[in-house]
Amino acid sequence: MKHLLSINDISKDFAITILDTATEMARVSEGAVKKLPTLRGKTVVNLFAEDSTRTRISFEAAAKRLSADVINFTAKGSSISKGESLKDTAQTLQALGADAVVIRHPASGAAHQLARGKWINGTVINAGDGTHEHPSQALLDAYTIRKHLAGGKGDLTGLHIAIVGDILHSRVARSNVLLLTKLGASVTLVAPPTLLPYQVEAWPVKVSHDFDAVLPTVDAVIMLRIQQERMSDLYFPSEREYSTLFGIDAERLALTKPSSILMHPGPMNRGLEISAEAADSPQSVVVEQVANGVSIRMAILYLFIAGSQETINE
Amino acid sequence: MSNRILIKGGSILGEGVSDVLIEDGVIKEISASISSSGGETIDATGYVLLPGFVDLHTHLREPGRENSETIATGSLAAARGGYVAVSAMANTLPVADNAAIVEQVSAIGKSVGLVDVFPIGAVTKGLEGQELSDLGSMAHSRAQVRVFSDDGNCVSDPLLMRRALEYVKQFDGVIAQHAQDPRLTEGSQMNEGVIASTLGLKGWPAVAEESIIARDILLANMVGARLHICHVTTRGGVEIIRWAKAQGMQVTAEVTPHHLLLTDEIAESYDPIYKVNPPLRTQSDVDSLREAVADGTIDIIGTDHAPHPVESKECEWQNAAFGMVGLETAFPIVYSTLIKTGRISWKRAVEIMSSKPAQIGGYTSHGRSIKVGEPAHIAIIDPNGSTVVDRANLASKSKNTPFHGMEFHGNIVATLFNGHLTHKVGN
Repeated sequence: MKHLLSINDISKDFAITILDTATEMARVSEGAVKKLPTLRGKTVVNLFAEDSTRTRISFEAAAKRLSADVINFTAKGSSISKGESLKDTAQTLQALGADAVVIRHPASGAAHQLARGKWINGTVINAGDGTHEHPSQALLDAYTIRKHLAGGKGDLTGLHIAIVGDILHSRVARSNVLLLTKLGASVTLVAPPTLLPYQVEAWPVKVSHDFDAVLPTVDAVIMLRIQQERMSDLYFPSEREYSTLFGIDAERLALTKPSSILMHPGPMNRGLEISAEAADSPQSVVVEQVANGVSIRMAILYLFIAGSQETINE
Repeated sequence: MSNRILIKGGSILGEGVSDVLIEDGVIKEISASISSSGGETIDATGYVLLPGFVDLHTHLREPGRENSETIATGSLAAARGGYVAVSAMANTLPVADNAAIVEQVSAIGKSVGLVDVFPIGAVTKGLEGQELSDLGSMAHSRAQVRVFSDDGNCVSDPLLMRRALEYVKQFDGVIAQHAQDPRLTEGSQMNEGVIASTLGLKGWPAVAEESIIARDILLANMVGARLHICHVTTRGGVEIIRWAKAQGMQVTAEVTPHHLLLTDEIAESYDPIYKVNPPLRTQSDVDSLREAVADGTIDIIGTDHAPHPVESKECEWQNAAFGMVGLETAFPIVYSTLIKTGRISWKRAVEIMSSKPAQIGGYTSHGRSIKVGEPAHIAIIDPNGSTVVDRANLASKSKNTPFHGMEFHGNIVATLFNGHLTHKVGN
């Protein structure tokens, strides 16, 4: 396996290998010299055709800590914003000698199209494609959950995780459903029916519209960002009603087990899906997620670019 | 010197072997053995002779989108596919919503001379769904338009649809509806279902098609008008049409070859070559569509031949154009899925490929029997041959076939249009 396009691309064992490798990478990041020579001489291109702050800087930090040469290629001011096709962009990157392309793109499947191999030869890492998947986010979420609730090793068997909010449009939710269930956790999606994918019953999850009933049973809650434009698209009547039914605040957080953690992939809409009190509570691990993101992305880059084929194919 | 072609040893509609002599575009003689008396002889031993095919749903792109297809290249693609008549959809640039454009299309078709090109007129001006186009002018023009369609767009306004259905009655016109509720399909990319939900592509729900089919059948029957449903894709749509026909309601329906064969799972590659409107559905829908062709619920095969240039497909799925070319692959797919499998007879195949589309379109010189005195529009089929689809070898100017590399049963050996060979394998 050469590319990370979807959580479906990786086995359970390999997912655990990524998490274990990230644990090692975290140790490096805690040291005085935060750098490994692993990817010296390799070129990693961050192709961000959609606005993103944390994912881009997280991948950039990860690549630099592994001593790779990093080229950032972002939508604004680049040829992408001038209407250049994905094919032409990809061929430009190929000409630059990219060993890996980390791609964030508003179109679902854009990473798959790069990886089809007609345009570029390098490794393709999906950093979020449309409303499809965001595998590195799911891996960092699993890493964070494992660290807090499973002793930082093995899988997530026995844990119950709620993913709350706009599941329909969320690439984070899709990757998390695949990964968390692969690792043995049970997942409950909490959302109004309008924000659930059609035929969600085919997914290996439970579905609830009653947030309060779910909260006492969960070990982790992943809150999803709600886009303002969803309201004008008639998915729910008002922000206030959404917030009342599906937002988390201190009162709701009090319904959870004290050991449980509260997560959010960011950026947060404070006061909409998450109150400031909840976001800043001791149960919140939102800031830690960002730090863990760098470790996970170091592990991904290491295993997919430098790792031997045998290791990766396992 | 008359123009003669002798077809020897072929089987007309797969029933008994005869020789067929064609002279000056007309079938002159059919008998057990005719000896050659000048002109070309085609050895059709082991082959089946069918009335030439008629497509009621073709995008020829000219005028305005000649980078995708021209009337000349589309006509050649049609001839290669066994077709002798095609219906040029109205969504050209400018739109075929007036007599001048339809006469131009018709005239270019005649000058190319490989198939009859029957222009379809737009129902509404500019395909905008607001005002009726010059329906009467197009009907009374030299192009004698009888089929009207906003295909690509749905005539979604129910009042406008009612008026269009009523208005075209005066010249026995038919409205060919592209059934797609626009509000339910804003931004839609593929069939709404498990696959779309997993892929994160916006769904195109079956109900957006079915609700328009139901509405328009009721409207057409209220006003006693002719309604044709383009490219039916869903089991529910089939059920509604089956119900309507059982009530004695007047409606005809079409299915494309690609909807008889492919399902939405193929979109998992994110290759926009599989992006088409209406979208590929599920296996249950495919099964239902095949059954509907066999039992007469669906009347005809329409190709929805939709050429697009490479750049419209070599991009992200959501930015890619909808559509597939289909003229050259239609018969092998129909043969492989329905005839070879025993689902339909040769006789039924002739109905869906030739006589019924000709009847719906009012193309009186087409869809006729292979009999003495009839115009020589004939497709010669090798039922034991095969067709391997190679996009590089398509006659169509565009290469957006989803069947590249696939092999089908059956092969179109030759096509005769008005007694002229417009296609012959090896030529």
